[in-house]
Amino acid sequence: MSEDPLTTTFDGFLRADGRRGVRNWLVVAYTVYCAEHVARRITEPFRLEGVQLIGFDQCYPSDYGHELMEKLLTHPNVGAVLLVSLGCEEFRRSDLLATVEASGREVHSIVIQESGGTEKSIEAGQAIISKFLPRLETTTRAPMTAADLVIGLECGGSDALSGITANPAVGLFTDRLIDAGGTAIIEETNELFGCETHLASRARTPEIGEAVVRTIKKAMDYHRRLGHASFGGGNITGGLSTIEEKSAGAYAKCGTRPLDGVLIPGQRPSGSGLYLLDTVYDSDLRHGIPNIHDPHGVTAMAACGCHLIVFTTGRGSVVGQAVSPVIKVASNSAMYQRLDGDMDVNAGIAIESPDGLQAAAEEITRIVARAAAGDPTRSEALGHMESYISDGYFNPVPGGCRNPAEADETRA
Amino acid sequence: MDAIVLNPKDNVAVVLREVAPCESLQIGEGDVTALDRIPYGHKIARHDIPQGEHILKYGMPVGQAKSDIPRGGHVHMHNVVSVYMDNLQEHYE
Repeated sequence: MSEDPLTTTFDGFLRADGRRGVRNWLVVAYTVYCAEHVARRITEPFRLEGVQLIGFDQCYPSDYGHELMEKLLTHPNVGAVLLVSLGCEEFRRSDLLATVEASGREVHSIVIQESGGTEKSIEAGQAIISKFLPRLETTTRAPMTAADLVIGLECGGSDALSGITANPAVGLFTDRLIDAGGTAIIEETNELFGCETHLASRARTPEIGEAVVRTIKKAMDYHRRLGHASFGGGNITGGLSTIEEKSAGAYAKCGTRPLDGVLIPGQRPSGSGLYLLDTVYDSDLRHGIPNIHDPHGVTAMAACGCHLIVFTTGRGSVVGQAVSPVIKVASNSAMYQRLDGDMDVNAGIAIESPDGLQAAAEEITRIVARAAAGDPTRSEALGHMESYISDGYFNPVPGGCRNPAEADETRA
Repeated sequence: MDAIVLNPKDNVAVVLREVAPCESLQIGEGDVTALDRIPYGHKIARHDIPQGEHILKYGMPVGQAKSDIPRGGHVHMHNVVSVYMDNLQEHYE
C-alpha cells in the first residue's frame, strides 16, 4: 500500500493574507461583455501559460457581480490581475482595482476608451502580461496538505449511474478529505429536493439544521414559481424520472460526515468540514433561473475559495473553471472511453467488481492530490476556463455558520 | 450483473444493459421477466406497484406511481410523477 495521498505535503503559493493557493494564475478580467473580445485577445498568445480569463457581462450596477469578481480575483489560486474595461460601463472598476491592490497582488487596469481602442489595448495588455509573468515565478511557496484544501463538489449531465458509481465514490473521497482535516462544499440546493431532512439531521448544530431545511425549501418555492426544476432531457434519456430521484443520487457526493454550515456565494467556510452552498436567490423571480448551467454554480463555489472542483458526470460534461481547476469523474465506462481526453477518473469501475467503488474513490483521491500538487487536470490542460458570474441577490443565512463572528470576519 | 438493487427496501432495480421484452433477468434473489424494452440505466419494477405508491430507490421515495405498474415493467416518465415538481415541460435532447 502506497502512502496516503491526503497526508502528502506539497508546495502551494503563499498570499499576503496567509492563504495558500494550488495555482498561480494571472487572471485577465473584463468588467462588461463589451470588453470581452479585447480581454480574450490579450490572453490568446499566453494560452496554457497560466493566463486565465474571467469577467462580468452585464452593464448593470450589480453588488453581487462586484462581490464575486472581488472574491475570484483575490482567490488564493490567483497571483496577479489585469482588468480590462470598456470605460462607460456601470461596473465600479476603481473599487475593484483598489481591492485587488490591497490584497497584495500585482494588478493593472486597461480602459479601452482611454487606451486608443481595440488594437492598442490588446498590445498594451499583452505587454503587461509579458512583464507580470516572469515576476510570478518568484512567488513565495509554502507547504500545504489536504487539511489546507477546500474542494467543491458538483455534478453535471447526470445519468442513472451518476448516483450509483460516481457520486458515491466522491462521497467516500469527501469523508476521507474531511477526516484529513480538509473542507468540502456542495452546492445545488435545487438538486437536494427530498434530502433536506436527512441532511439537516447531519448538521453540527440545530441552527445549521434549520438553515438547511429553510434553504432547500426556499429553492423548492423559487423553482415552483419558475415552473422549472433542475431536471432535463439528458437526465430523462439517462433513466431519471423525477427531480427527487436525481437529488437522491446527487446527495451521495457529500458522504456521511456532519454538516458544518450553510454558505452563500462568495462566503468562505468558517472552518474545516462540510458546507452547503445556497445558490438560489433571496429575491422574487427578478433574477431568473438560479442554476443557468453548471459553470454558473461552479463559479459560485470557486468564489467561496475552492482550490479545485470534483465534478461527476454521466452524460459527459467537458467544462472547466478559470480559477479552480475541475477534475472530471465519469459515471460509466462507455462514456469514459468515448470522452477519454476529457475525463480524469472512471468511476464506472464501481459496478464492475466487488471492490470497484473503493478503487474509484482511491483514484479520485490520488488525482485530487496530484492536481493540488500542480498537475493539470484534463479540462485544464485542454484550455477550458469557463467562468460565469450573473447578477443575483443573497442574504447571509441566519445560523448558517457555527461561529457567526468568524463567518462575518471572513466576509469582511 | 443484469441489474442492481441499491437498497433492499427498493421496489425498483436499475438495469445495467438494455433489456428486451420477455427477457428474464436475475435481480437479487429472484428472476424478473421484463415486460417492456428497458434502456440501459433505467428502472424496472421488482414487484407490482399500485397507483399512488412511492417508487423506492436508494431506500428513499423518488416519486409516485401515477398508474399501476406491473412487476417487470419499465418505470419512468410515463408512469411516475414527482412529489416535488411536475415534469410537465417539454424536454429536448
